[in-house]
Amino acid sequence: MTEPLEPEAAVVVSGVDKVFNVGSSDEVTALSGIDLTIGAGEFVSLIGPSGCGKSTLLRLIGDLLTPSVGEVTVFGKPAHAARMDQDYGMVFQHAGLFDWRRVAANIELPLELRGWSRADRADRSAEMLELVRLPEFGGHYPRQLSGGMQQRVSIARALSFQPKLLLMDEPFGALDEMTREHMQLELLRIWRETGTTVVFVTHSISESTFLSSRVVVLSARPGRIHSVVDVDLGDRTDATREDPAFFAKATEIREALRADKDDG
Amino acid sequence: MIRGRLAGIGPPVVVGVAGFGLWEGIVWGFGIREFLLPRPSSIMDRLVENWPVLRHAGWETGRIAVSGLVAGVLAGVVLAFVTTRFRTLNEGLTPLAIAVNATPIVALAPIFNAWFGITGTLSNQAVVVAIVFFPVFINTARGLTEVHPDELELMRSYAASEWAILREVRIPNALPFFANALRVVAPLSVIAAIVAEYFGGPQDRIGNIITSSAAFARYDVAWAAIAVASAVGLGLFAAALLLERLVMPWRLVDGGSENHNTPGREK
Repeated sequence: MTEPLEPEAAVVVSGVDKVFNVGSSDEVTALSGIDLTIGAGEFVSLIGPSGCGKSTLLRLIGDLLTPSVGEVTVFGKPAHAARMDQDYGMVFQHAGLFDWRRVAANIELPLELRGWSRADRADRSAEMLELVRLPEFGGHYPRQLSGGMQQRVSIARALSFQPKLLLMDEPFGALDEMTREHMQLELLRIWRETGTTVVFVTHSISESTFLSSRVVVLSARPGRIHSVVDVDLGDRTDATREDPAFFAKATEIREALRADKDDG
Repeated sequence: MIRGRLAGIGPPVVVGVAGFGLWEGIVWGFGIREFLLPRPSSIMDRLVENWPVLRHAGWETGRIAVSGLVAGVLAGVVLAFVTTRFRTLNEGLTPLAIAVNATPIVALAPIFNAWFGITGTLSNQAVVVAIVFFPVFINTARGLTEVHPDELELMRSYAASEWAILREVRIPNALPFFANALRVVAPLSVIAAIVAEYFGGPQDRIGNIITSSAAFARYDVAWAAIAVASAVGLGLFAAALLLERLVMPWRLVDGGSENHNTPGREK
């Protein structure tokens, strides 16, 4: 991407390569020549076969990894500065709640690290529990909740400090189909209500189609961006899943994934 | 909850009483001579007769065990923190600790007598410390390091300091590992103290009473001393369990899902 940065760009990845184990016999190029711009308020999915580097790309955006070549800019500043400014909320496949903290205290953890007062933290965690529709569960321990409920708490925790960018790595991958579809709707509602930018890693074609405003299709070994599919399905509801336009988009993404396989 | 706990106590009490009854009956019925296996009732008689001596011995041996336990636990925890903080130290020390742990430490008791004096209690305490130290060190170090990678990434995404990661993630993660070690070493400290007393130290302790009673064929007295020792060991085990429950209330709740932070969980 060589055009000047637009002020509303949330993420700009330019000319990024990521090589692991540089110089050793198991050196592997995970990503090669990645250029990607994500606008503020967008919901962008990264999809591709396993080993395509989609999780690596997410971690480069989140400054949990540093690029071997190229640079990542988040809200106009280097990714590292964005992380230090605590612009990121992260949600993983493993809910990663701390067993030793009650649900409300889990949600309040990032706020505690920022030195919020007890009263402010309590207000915010109550608000977040409302947002994820678990208002009665603040006093429970995580292990008392089901997997789907734990993942909702994890989302509440990621959003508690109103991060500008929400990074999600297969957050619904461990959930059953029914819970997963419900959580997708919940996530879209939360996304609309908060206006945050979401980067979402998934290996599910239907999930990426249903959730995203754009789907980035990656190819494997080395990971490259194969194509970017715009998904314009309007406001999603359960009916969207049965809409012919939905199927058409899913097919387009599937074919992009398949074409890539044939190329390779 | 209370009813559930009482119901849990019932079966062991019944089995215990039945076991003692059976023991009594077998010794009586088969005419087994008392010096081979005394009846529980005569052990009880010796216990009552020698109560002042045995109580004193149990108290003193218990003090050796507890002081060695506390010192060994502290040393193990401190070294675990130091080694996990400095990776090179960890890489050098941990294999060494594992190797030393594989040597039978009670075998060192006579050597400790030479080092720390045969008449005092220091050599006995040293045996307890050496036995307690390693399980605590190795388990605590594992708990501090075997943190789920997602949890570390999460903390890094918050730009959390190493200190915050230690406080919020590593230490709570290590608590169940530490508790497991404590449950093992609490009764072990009593065993270590008694074995150490076989080799030296003051003469009015459980270990010495067992050896001297056995030497005079007073096996019933030896058994009474063993009963006191078991009570001390059980007491320490119960204290370890109680501490675990106080420090980790989250482990008491009934889980709706798999429990994540149990030692040995899949990483």
